[in-house]
Amino acid sequence: MWGLCSGSGSKPYQTVVDVNGPAYRCSCPSRKFPCKHALGLLLLWAEGAAGPVGAGELPEWAGQWVEARRKKAETAAESAAVKAESGPADPTAARRRAERRAVRVEGGAAELEQRLTDLLRGGLAGADRAGYQQWDEIAARMVDAQAPGLATRVRELGTVVAAGGDWPSRMLEETALLHLLARGFLGRQGLPGPLADTVRARVGFTVDTAELLAGPTIRAPWQVLAQYDSADERLTTRRIWLYDAGAARFALLLSFGAAGRAPELALPVGAVLDAELAYHPAALPLRAALGPQHGTVGSGGAPAGGTVDAALASYGTALADDPWLDAWPVVLSGVVPIPGPTRWQLAHPDGTDAVPLTPATTGLWRLAAVSGGHPVTVFGELGPTGLHALAAWPDAGETVPL
Amino acid sequence: MSIRWDDLVGSALLGTERRRPAIVAGDADEAAAGLLDAAAAGVVRRRAGVRPGVARERPPLAAPDTRPALPEAARRRLGRLLADRTGGGSGNRRGSAPNLAELLPQWLAEAVRLGYGAPDELLPALLDAARARTDLRADAVALAGPRGLWLAGLNPDWKFVLRSGHRGLTAAPEDPEAVRKLWEEGLFAERVALLTRLRPADPAGALALLESTWSGERAEDRLMFLDSLRVGLSAADEPFLERALTDRSRNVRSTAAELLSALPDSALAGRMADRARSCVSLGPEGITVEAPYECDAAMERDGVAPKPPNGRGERAWWLGQLVDAAPLSAWPARFGGRSPAEIIALPVLDDWKPDLHAAWCRAAVRQHDTEWARALLGPPPAQASPVAAVGDPAKLLSILPEAERAAWVADFIATHGLSEAFQMLGVCAVPWTEALGRAVVDALDIARDAGSYPWSFSGVMGLAERCLDPGASEQVAVLSAAAEESPDGSPGAGAYWSEAFQRLTGTLRLRAVMLAELRGSGT
Repeated sequence: MWGLCSGSGSKPYQTVVDVNGPAYRCSCPSRKFPCKHALGLLLLWAEGAAGPVGAGELPEWAGQWVEARRKKAETAAESAAVKAESGPADPTAARRRAERRAVRVEGGAAELEQRLTDLLRGGLAGADRAGYQQWDEIAARMVDAQAPGLATRVRELGTVVAAGGDWPSRMLEETALLHLLARGFLGRQGLPGPLADTVRARVGFTVDTAELLAGPTIRAPWQVLAQYDSADERLTTRRIWLYDAGAARFALLLSFGAAGRAPELALPVGAVLDAELAYHPAALPLRAALGPQHGTVGSGGAPAGGTVDAALASYGTALADDPWLDAWPVVLSGVVPIPGPTRWQLAHPDGTDAVPLTPATTGLWRLAAVSGGHPVTVFGELGPTGLHALAAWPDAGETVPL
Repeated sequence: MSIRWDDLVGSALLGTERRRPAIVAGDADEAAAGLLDAAAAGVVRRRAGVRPGVARERPPLAAPDTRPALPEAARRRLGRLLADRTGGGSGNRRGSAPNLAELLPQWLAEAVRLGYGAPDELLPALLDAARARTDLRADAVALAGPRGLWLAGLNPDWKFVLRSGHRGLTAAPEDPEAVRKLWEEGLFAERVALLTRLRPADPAGALALLESTWSGERAEDRLMFLDSLRVGLSAADEPFLERALTDRSRNVRSTAAELLSALPDSALAGRMADRARSCVSLGPEGITVEAPYECDAAMERDGVAPKPPNGRGERAWWLGQLVDAAPLSAWPARFGGRSPAEIIALPVLDDWKPDLHAAWCRAAVRQHDTEWARALLGPPPAQASPVAAVGDPAKLLSILPEAERAAWVADFIATHGLSEAFQMLGVCAVPWTEALGRAVVDALDIARDAGSYPWSFSGVMGLAERCLDPGASEQVAVLSAAAEESPDGSPGAGAYWSEAFQRLTGTLRLRAVMLAELRGSGT
């Protein structure tokens, strides 16, 4: 997107914006970034297709910038690839660091095991009165042991009790899964490779994005199904779900921002992007790193979905690969939202199968409004307590984010 | 290793020291570890084996909406107007950002006028907005259409949609049986809504419905129901209204009388005309008034209130009621065939003029008599003369044709400024005519030069944001350039004025863009 803005100088300023990035370039002398001319251009663009920013040939100066950007991206990708091949500067030091960390995490996992056993020996009764403090303390120990994945799960244990309801059962579920994870890490040498990767990822080991992208990537038309943020006091986490209709596979992009600040990555919901990405190694590859984008190839309609029964079955199968899975992407087609005083449901127009919607689903009424009692296609994350609906498609309609 | 999940939970709650699960051996520590192992297997089994729940009753299908969808730009605009609803609170009148709160009602009215339907995904936000602001409700409900009605049936927060007499939803012919049932069993609000909805299309049917249960209704309800007959009032209603004159409730009686007096050919109007004529006659020196000496039972039955409010003389009070209920068409014959304007010009003896003219004003408004209203209003008063000598000019204006109304108010503002003009502006048609708009902007400019603060005119400013023709925005933009502080003005007023004008300009420009989007001719 480009434009000319007449400023105080004799020549109009040349302004270019690439919304896939976003990136800005302007010939004005302002040191603010993006400058007001770029912002103005974006505002005009936001007015819509009917606005003055229409399709057209790029003038030479804008074309040059775009070309230069592409070259730079390519060089960066190449150098990353080279760097990954040649490995870190000092392989021995890096290995020693990794070993040291593994030992610390093992220590943390063992300590957690001890704590969990102590807890079960004394009984969960009374946990509802103990408050968050004991969990926060254990979580802090896990952070010290460089196992942030364990720390997050421990902290969530505290909220299970606060949520009330049938908390002893849910508490035992979560404790058992934590136990399974800790034991899994301690015994990771005996696990098959992919499962060991899953365990490492769940415990909190991350893989360097550049390293991932240096490896083989998957280029496909990825449809952006949903994008939503969740925040705690430390971090804003943005989750973006992509879908490749050709291969019927999903990918999850995570992006983080400091508390109260929006994460940097933003993709237009509904669009289909021609992009490359690489999955993090896992028994059940879902999380991915976004590589180079090659533009937008239009917007997608409703993805092909299945029945409630099939979705639950696929969740069951997925759990065999990743028992800690709590957000399994599914597309349900031909389902009607059924409002209810406590939990909403999604069900097909005939038959009795229904799946509950989680209270986390925002925009329940928007879902009802686009349905009007008629079947719609719904995308969401299936978890142990139901479906967290994220997007809906009415008959022959565009994506409606929920 | 099959152990029931409930047993595991039981052991976990009490602790393995106290209650050891059946299948694990060893001491308490080993038992705890064994319990965790079993639970881990159990939870995965539980989650993987989850079965679909049993569906509750599905909601009914929403009626189809055949109205065209909004243009894309307009749809996005609505989304933004609804999203900003909470941000741009009307409490903060300062600052130069456009006033979005003033724009939403217009957007809705225009979209309804053009016959669009609301986009489904924005319905919840639209209904929430209408719930918070009653002034939006009629248009919001109309725009929401059948899908909105369906949605409101599911969410108690939006019950008001079911209650409001919705325009645009009346197309479907109502099932007589259902109407009868609703009328006989419905809540009061539902019944009023039903009557209001039926009356415009089928006045006789609505009347028949009301008559069928009339004698059994409570007095307050009778009053409300009677009021809904105002729409579509005709001679056919006279027998019923005549009977209502003997109603037990005084308020019902007087409302019935008021409705009858709006029917110039009714028997009541004839009786009132006779009475009024006997009081007012033309003598050689002007109009002579002989006010009634008593309020007899027949007068009372025709809706004349015998007790005057404090400070009013009985006879003047009775005279006023007789004259305002008498058909105006009776007067020219009484005054030798003079036109209304000539009658108004006649001198009135013994200081009866204010009472007589005020009664005629009320009669003109009630009977929608343009000629009398014009005569009573006269030309806009000159600079020195007192403003609004007779009656309520805003009400008289409201029955004049739109162009005449605007011209009158523009002249008035040009001579008297804005301080008395607020209500008159309120009855002018939107958008204001060019002459009227210019008069208002000029008057604001004069007020600034006189050194007053802009918030003394916030009412008029608000009206201008809503009613000024967007074409006038350039004229206002010129004013928003900060003017020199006038020497005798209030401190800082100049800056506030230019801010206020900037906001007005911004609002007007945005309004122009917004309306263009709705009409599909995006800029």
